[in-house]
Amino acid sequence: MKKVEAIIQTSRLTAVKEALQEIGIDGMTVSEVRGHGRQKGHTEIYRGNEYTVDLLPKIKIEIVLPDDRLDQVLDTLLKAAKTGKIGDGKIFVYSVEEAIRIRNEERGDLAL
Amino acid sequence: MSCRPFRRAALLLVLGLSLAVTVGAQSSPSTSGATSSGPESALTTLQGKTQELEKAVADAKSSGDNAWMLVSSALVLLMTGPGLALFYGGLVRKKNVLSTMMESFGLMALVTVLWSLFGFSLCFHSGNHFIGGLGYSFLRHVGLAPDPDYAATIPQQTYMVFQMMFAIITPALITGAFAERMKFSALVLFMTLWTIVVYDPMAHMVWGKGGLLNASLGGAVPTLDFAGGTVVHITSGVSALVCALYLGKRVGYPHEPMPPHNVVLSVIGACLLWVGWFGFNAGSALSAGTLATSAFVATHLGAAGATLGWMGAEWLRTGKPSVLGAVSGAVAGLVAITPASGFVAPMPALIIGLIAGVVCYLMVVKVKPIFGYDDSLDAFGVHGIGGTVGAFLTGVFATSVINPIFQDGKGHASPVGMIDGNAHQVLNQLAGIGIAWALAIVGTLIVLWIVDSVIGLRVNTEQEVEGLDLALHGEEAYNLEA
Repeated sequence: MKKVEAIIQTSRLTAVKEALQEIGIDGMTVSEVRGHGRQKGHTEIYRGNEYTVDLLPKIKIEIVLPDDRLDQVLDTLLKAAKTGKIGDGKIFVYSVEEAIRIRNEERGDLAL
Repeated sequence: MSCRPFRRAALLLVLGLSLAVTVGAQSSPSTSGATSSGPESALTTLQGKTQELEKAVADAKSSGDNAWMLVSSALVLLMTGPGLALFYGGLVRKKNVLSTMMESFGLMALVTVLWSLFGFSLCFHSGNHFIGGLGYSFLRHVGLAPDPDYAATIPQQTYMVFQMMFAIITPALITGAFAERMKFSALVLFMTLWTIVVYDPMAHMVWGKGGLLNASLGGAVPTLDFAGGTVVHITSGVSALVCALYLGKRVGYPHEPMPPHNVVLSVIGACLLWVGWFGFNAGSALSAGTLATSAFVATHLGAAGATLGWMGAEWLRTGKPSVLGAVSGAVAGLVAITPASGFVAPMPALIIGLIAGVVCYLMVVKVKPIFGYDDSLDAFGVHGIGGTVGAFLTGVFATSVINPIFQDGKGHASPVGMIDGNAHQVLNQLAGIGIAWALAIVGTLIVLWIVDSVIGLRVNTEQEVEGLDLALHGEEAYNLEA
C-alpha cells in the first residue's frame, strides 16, 4: 500500500477531486494548510504598515491506495493539479504498513 | 432673524384679509342680526383666530424640528454602536475584537449615566467662562419646554439627549489609541474622569451659555465650531496621542505583524459612521430648516472629497488604492467637515475634504512611523489632525451666505470667515484649536496619572499575549467549533 500526499493550489481542488473520482478513487482526506516552497509570498499594506505574507494557503490531499494503482493516480494528479506556474505544489509518496477499517476490522487492501 | 417682525406683520395682514373675506361671505346670506354687534367683536374674533393660527404654525414647526432632532440623536448614537465598534473592531487582531467593541458599547451606558447626573449641567448650565454650573444636575429643570438660548423650537430634553450622544462618541474615539492593551476597569475610571476634566469644560466653552469661545452666545473669543471639530475631534484625537505615548507600545509592536483581522467589519462600520454623521452635522442645525440641508450637503461632499484624497495619495504612493485607505479617508473627511458643516458652501466643503484626506494619509503613513508611537487605530492621525485641519479651514471658508452668525448693531450680517473678508476669524480659530489641544494634553495627563496610580492602566504581558477578550471578558468572538 502507498500513501500519496499532494500539496496543491486551492483553485485546483475541484478539478483534482473530479479527476480522481473518474478513475475510481473514492477515499481521500482534504485539509486546508499554509506553507511555501520556492514561491515567494506577497505584501499587504494596511495604513502604511507592510506585512509580508509568506505562508500561503494551499490544499493538502491524502490518499492511501493499493500499489498497482499508484502510477495511474500520480498521472491523474499531475495532469489535474498543474497550472504551470510556481506554487503548483508537490506530491510525496510513502509506503504504508497497515490499514484497518474501524467498522469491521478488515485489513490491508480490503480496508481501502 | 432680522426679517421676522416684518414677516409676522405680513402674515397677520394676509390672515386678517382672508378671514375678513370669509366672515363677510358667511354673514351676508344670513340674517342682518350678525352685523348688529359691530366691527369691534369681529376684530376680537379675528385676533383670537390669528393667535390660534400662530400657535398652530409654531406647533407644526416645533413638531417638524423635534422629529428631525430625535432622528438625529438616534443617528449619532448609531455612530458609536455599531459604527465605531465595527470600525475599530475590524482593525484589531481577532483575540481583541470583543474587548474593543466593549469599549465603545460600555461607554454608551457609562456616559449616559454621567451625563444625566452632572455632565449636561457642567456643559450647558450657565456658569463661568470655562465650566457650567450644577443647576441641571440630575436633570433637574430640564423639561419639555424649549430653552430659547440653545434651541427655541425643540424640547430641552431633546437638546439634552442630542448632546448626550456627542458626549458618548467623543471618549469612544479615544479608545483607538490604546486598543489591545488597556484594562477595562482602568477604562471605566479614565473615561469617567476624562469627561469631567476635558470634555465638559470644552463643550461648555464652545457651546455653553457664557462659554469663552461661544460664537453665538457672545463668547470673548468667538470660535466657529458647528458640530464639534474642537469639542469632539481635537479633544479626543489629541488625548488619544497622549494615551498612546503614556501607555507605550503593544507587546511586539512594530516588529510583529498586527494586521486588521477583518477589514469587512471596518468597511461596514465606516459606512454606518458616514450615515450617522448626517445626524451629527445636519442635526447640529438644531432645526429641520435650510441650515440642516446645507450642513447635510457639506458633510457628504467633505466625506467624498477626503475618500478620493486619501485614495489618490495612496494610489500614487504604493500603486494600489486600498479599501481600508478609502474608508479611513471618508472618516477623516467627516471629521474635518464637522466644524465647518454649517458655515461653508458645497465647493469649499469638497476642498476641505480633499485636503483632510491627503493630510491625514500622510500623517498616518509617514509621520507616525518617524515618531514611532503606537496609536494603534490612528485616533490621533484621523481625529486629532483631521479636526485641527477642519477647525482651521472653517475660519477660512465660513460665509454669512450660509450662516449669518455674526451681526452688526443693526442686525445686518457681518463677514464670518476669511473669504468673507474677516481674516481675524482665522486667529480666533487658532485660539480655539490651541485651547482644545492644551486642555486635552494637560487634562489627559492628569487623568492618566490618577488612574495609573490607583488601579494601573495596562493589562500584564501574559494577558496581552493571550488577548483581552479571553483575559478580561472570558469570551471569544469567533467560536468556530460551536
